[in-house]
Amino acid sequence: MIRLEPRASVPPLVAAAVPVGAGVAALALAAVPLMLAGVDVGRAFALMAGGALGSTFAVTETLTRATPLVFTGLAAAVAFRARLWNIGGEGQLYAGALAAVAVGAGAVTLPPLLMVPLVVVAGMLAGALLMVVPTIMRTRFGVDEVVTTLLSNFVVVLFVSMMLDGPLKDPMGGGWPQSAPILAEAELPRLVAQTRLHAGLVMALAAALLVYGLDRFTVWGFEARAVGLNPAAARFAGLRVNATFLRVGALSGALAGLAGVSEVIGLKGYLTTDLSPGFGYTGIVVAMLAMLNPLGVVASAVFLAAVFVGADSMGRALGVSTYIASLIVALSLVSMLVGQMFLTWRVRLGRGAAAAGGRP
Amino acid sequence: MIEALDVLLTTAFWIAAIRIATPLIYGVIGELVCERAGVLNLGIEGIMTAGAMAGWMTVYFGGSLWAGVAVAALTGGGFGLIHALITVVLGRSQHVTGIGITLLATSGSYFTYRMVLPDVSSPPRIEPFPPLGWDWLQKIPFLGPVIAGQTALTVLAFVLAVLVAWVLWRTPAGLAVRAVGDNPAAADAQGIDPIRVRIAAVVAGSAIMAVGGAFLTMSAFNAFFFEMIAGRGWIAIALVVFGSWMPGKAVLGAILFGAFDAFQVRLQQSVGGAIPHQVFLMLPYLLSIAALVVMSRRASVPKALMVAYVKGQR
Repeated sequence: MIRLEPRASVPPLVAAAVPVGAGVAALALAAVPLMLAGVDVGRAFALMAGGALGSTFAVTETLTRATPLVFTGLAAAVAFRARLWNIGGEGQLYAGALAAVAVGAGAVTLPPLLMVPLVVVAGMLAGALLMVVPTIMRTRFGVDEVVTTLLSNFVVVLFVSMMLDGPLKDPMGGGWPQSAPILAEAELPRLVAQTRLHAGLVMALAAALLVYGLDRFTVWGFEARAVGLNPAAARFAGLRVNATFLRVGALSGALAGLAGVSEVIGLKGYLTTDLSPGFGYTGIVVAMLAMLNPLGVVASAVFLAAVFVGADSMGRALGVSTYIASLIVALSLVSMLVGQMFLTWRVRLGRGAAAAGGRP
Repeated sequence: MIEALDVLLTTAFWIAAIRIATPLIYGVIGELVCERAGVLNLGIEGIMTAGAMAGWMTVYFGGSLWAGVAVAALTGGGFGLIHALITVVLGRSQHVTGIGITLLATSGSYFTYRMVLPDVSSPPRIEPFPPLGWDWLQKIPFLGPVIAGQTALTVLAFVLAVLVAWVLWRTPAGLAVRAVGDNPAAADAQGIDPIRVRIAAVVAGSAIMAVGGAFLTMSAFNAFFFEMIAGRGWIAIALVVFGSWMPGKAVLGAILFGAFDAFQVRLQQSVGGAIPHQVFLMLPYLLSIAALVVMSRRASVPKALMVAYVKGQR
């Protein structure tokens, strides 16, 4: 006999096992489409592991891919913790990237020590502004922020496309809709020579630590969690709920904006409308796999980045569509949602557990 | 400007407006069925993608057009079942699960398309639904040619809208759906199982949305493109709010939206290159956001929307 009992608290081991289990389950489920595609599943996974982690270069590629995912994952985690559903990470990423090239591609020239912070702040402000608007629309007019942030993604990408056709178009770009390259003073240094790994990773790790500290040790973090658990109770307890939502929204948008900044000044050097293959949306999966823990975000970002990099190299070798990577990402999220069952319920075998509140 | 407004009186304009509105009508009706039962379905964008791909592929491999519609509906119902199992049975966040369903259905569709057709450069085509073109219909002034210019799938959309409105307000099953969306505990006390009703509503609603996707590949166009849904699912969600969760108002919203979209395309052509084309492309999304802001205060939300029901718990 199997029965489910509600848990009073979650043992740390279970809390860690659920996301790991979700990742493993996603990979196992991905074996089905791989089999349907007619490839040797064992070989496919071996090629994926090798492509993502098999050499120093592979590891740097994985970490390069993880960098924007840490930012967008933090953006989602911060917002979701307060039950503010920011699904606009993709748009905020592009807003940050647009601000970065608007400021950093020749409009201003300063020494690198000032130039990089200036570009970073511009990108954070752009991302924050883009999330503050839907947040105000929610707190003032009761407009669901999920739909407004989702729709804003399309608007922002079109706006970026318009800018790249117009004022921000690179005059030397041979007619392509791309921005002028950012100045050397605004570029982030490479971390490992002859790889693409750049200092954006250091920024991402610092951001994760800062968000963790904010969440754990400050009143702001406490307020955000209280508002997320029960806005009515938080208001009754004298918390300024709307102000808290605004702070959370601004921080979340700024973090997603940073993803765009770091891609432009660390990796690409200029802006096009295909800067992000859905980093904003993948950030939601990153945050959920991390159970909204800022430090966990780093781990899940590296895992999903490894899936993307590994699937790219496996796909090239075996001729399998690289959409398998997005499929594994989606399966991870779905597995995680199912696996959360083990966080709220405890599975008991046998008859001895007929405690009150048990669910047959 | 006067010339631009003259366009509104042509049949060609209204044929286009209704054609643009059709996938949105499927979307709003499907989403409305889910939300009336208390379940927000953000899987809509992915479910429409899956419907578009599955329906098209059925026809491409020799199935009839109606078989394609049936396969699209079944595919949508399948993803709806996953959404319902996670949100209704397990009680997980409807927001996050919906995004998960969208990611799953979209990436699954793209992967399947690429797996089956690995090296096509230009998208292969099918013979889509033809316009009705009935002669007797053409004789009715104005309205006749507008309807005759549509395909059978558009007619089905309107029939479904009326059917759904009738079921929701005139049958016990519809009463059960609205009851579990407003007060599942009270419904439970009346002997209605909220879990079962919600699952059924989400599966049915998802099947309807998926046909909206199939309309794009089997009627409006004749091929499957990546990212062809282009936010229509999210717009449908906005239109459900705009229509205050009432089928009639929601369909009217979709038609207004179609008319606006058809109008902006014509305006874009008459303005020429004076305004960047991206401005026009942004308008549908901005309009949806504006509609949300205007209507959100007045909307009568199903009271238990986004609230998981656990028996014996308040």
